[in-house]
Amino acid sequence: MAVIAEPVTKPVSRLHFMLDRREVLENILIAPAIIYVLLLVGLPLLLAMYYSVSAYTIYNPTWQFVGLANFTQIIDNPNFLQTLGNTFIFTFGSQLLGLVLGKFGAFLLLRPFPGRKIVRALIILPFAVPVALATIAWQWMFDSLYSVINWTLIAASIVTREDAPNWLGNPYLAMLCVIIINAWRFFPFAIVIFLAGITAIPQDIIDAATVDGAGFWRRNYQIILPMILPIVAIGLIFGIVFTFTDLSIVFLLTMGGPVGATSVLGFAGFQTGIVSGDVSHGAAISLFMLPVLLVVVIITLRFIRRREI
Amino acid sequence: MAAVLTRDIVKTFGEITAVNGISLTVPDAEFMVLLGPSGCGKTTFLRIICGLDQQTSGDLLIGGRIVNDIPPRARGVAMMFQSYGLYPHYTVRNNIAFPLRTQRLPRDEIEKKVQWASQLLGIGHLLDRRPRQLSGGERQRVALARALVREPTALLLDEPLSNLDAKLRTSARQEIKNFQQRVGLTTIYVTHDQVEAMGMGDRIAVIDHGRVRQVGTPKEIYDDPADLFVATFVGAPPMNIVTHNGGGYLGFRPENFLPTDMIENGAATEFSFRVDRSEYLGSERIVYGVMDGFDSKQPITAKLPPAHVAAERIRPGEWHPFAVKNSALRHFDKNGNRTSRH
Repeated sequence: MAVIAEPVTKPVSRLHFMLDRREVLENILIAPAIIYVLLLVGLPLLLAMYYSVSAYTIYNPTWQFVGLANFTQIIDNPNFLQTLGNTFIFTFGSQLLGLVLGKFGAFLLLRPFPGRKIVRALIILPFAVPVALATIAWQWMFDSLYSVINWTLIAASIVTREDAPNWLGNPYLAMLCVIIINAWRFFPFAIVIFLAGITAIPQDIIDAATVDGAGFWRRNYQIILPMILPIVAIGLIFGIVFTFTDLSIVFLLTMGGPVGATSVLGFAGFQTGIVSGDVSHGAAISLFMLPVLLVVVIITLRFIRRREI
Repeated sequence: MAAVLTRDIVKTFGEITAVNGISLTVPDAEFMVLLGPSGCGKTTFLRIICGLDQQTSGDLLIGGRIVNDIPPRARGVAMMFQSYGLYPHYTVRNNIAFPLRTQRLPRDEIEKKVQWASQLLGIGHLLDRRPRQLSGGERQRVALARALVREPTALLLDEPLSNLDAKLRTSARQEIKNFQQRVGLTTIYVTHDQVEAMGMGDRIAVIDHGRVRQVGTPKEIYDDPADLFVATFVGAPPMNIVTHNGGGYLGFRPENFLPTDMIENGAATEFSFRVDRSEYLGSERIVYGVMDGFDSKQPITAKLPPAHVAAERIRPGEWHPFAVKNSALRHFDKNGNRTSRH
């Protein structure tokens, strides 16, 4: 009888089973993420930190160490303090407006009505439209001559043509405009967050509150809102981080004007560091975001963790 | 505490009729059980009583007052939900205090009542915990305390024991019943479990397809079912139903279907019974088979005391003389309704 095959006892290399070991595999799988963060977040951050204590400009690329001179110069500049204040107003104003609109919208979308699915899909649009296009559209609406808002107000005889608001020319109205646009961008996200939170609440709990004598407002503020607060807080972290560091709306709509009334940290950092080429001061301005965001994130995460126990 | 009375309550959801004209009177301090299969409309009916749903037509009276258009918070009824509906972000103390806060009672009075309710249910040591730190039985007590703390006009319970394990369910059944008797609270209890219904109810309302089929004491429901639905829904195994001369039905309970020689006195009707299968369950022996000359959709069952009927006496495959006392026979017309008393 012919031998067709015979078992071969081949020594199996240790390497062959390397990938079967959990600690090896998990390190390999997580490595790209870590490399990405180190290269594209960590390195620029360290670079920015170094620039901020150097005298580096694009005209004179020196690595000369100047200590905290850049920071003291920035803080002494009243324009910067205005920018810092603007950033807070812009961030918290638009988040507040976005959250209120989001909660309102979520409640409307919870009730069944014909065409709800279409409305639910459409409501996401502001979030999906590229910010540059959206801002240009808004720019027309706020334009001093062609503002469709003013035309409507005039047509409705609410204001006269002479005292129609100059949206982007008045410092307060200009800030209101950037806040409105950012809130408009943020509120679909807030709706999604609120909807996710509210629909996750068991109906029995809402019913129990109703039978226990709670009316609409008490149910809302003592049962529903506290229960969805953790998920709303997560949404808020994202909103605050993205808004605090945002420069696109300001850059496209007002260029920080009029007279610095809408200048925010991201915009000022970009203008100083990139447009004007004063890299060291630009880096120092941008670094002001770091402690603020760090504190916001830590406070929020702590709050969420405490609530989950 | 007050009587609850409904007059011809109807509730439709679009095309579907969930409650189809229920008229029910629950006197003050009575423990009324609504018993029915799932989807029979009993929970909808309960939600109408507490005001979570509005009836399509019909009147609801609590304490003699029509409350059709009165919102839940003004009806003064308490409800305990199947999953308890405890507020997860509140401590047990705040959970129990919530119905009092909605009434804007003064702080010290709230504290006093919370203490009272938690002592009553033996959960005084849990007041500072949150619901997720409690066991199933503890959660059920907290839910009950929350329902009772404002001394409701009536207590509604929607399958309150279905989330407990079997052992806990038995003791909780006893506790709720004792408790209800002590407080003398008008109680409406919804369940699909006939053991709960029989064991706890002062009276039972058997509900099917949004209608009340029969209202009566557990004994009346069991002994004198008003129709075939009640007869076959209550009892395990259910009542035997066989077709009877000219389209009517004859019914008898398995425990009344005995070998002829075990019938002691009184007139009895004899049948010939062929045993197909027999199950020994310790305290009883369930025998399945067919009856000579009678049609039945289900196998005929007999529940025999094993101490008196040895296994070899009822060998499978053989015909045996069995009988039912005439007093235990129930007659139904061709529509399934009871035709006579005994």
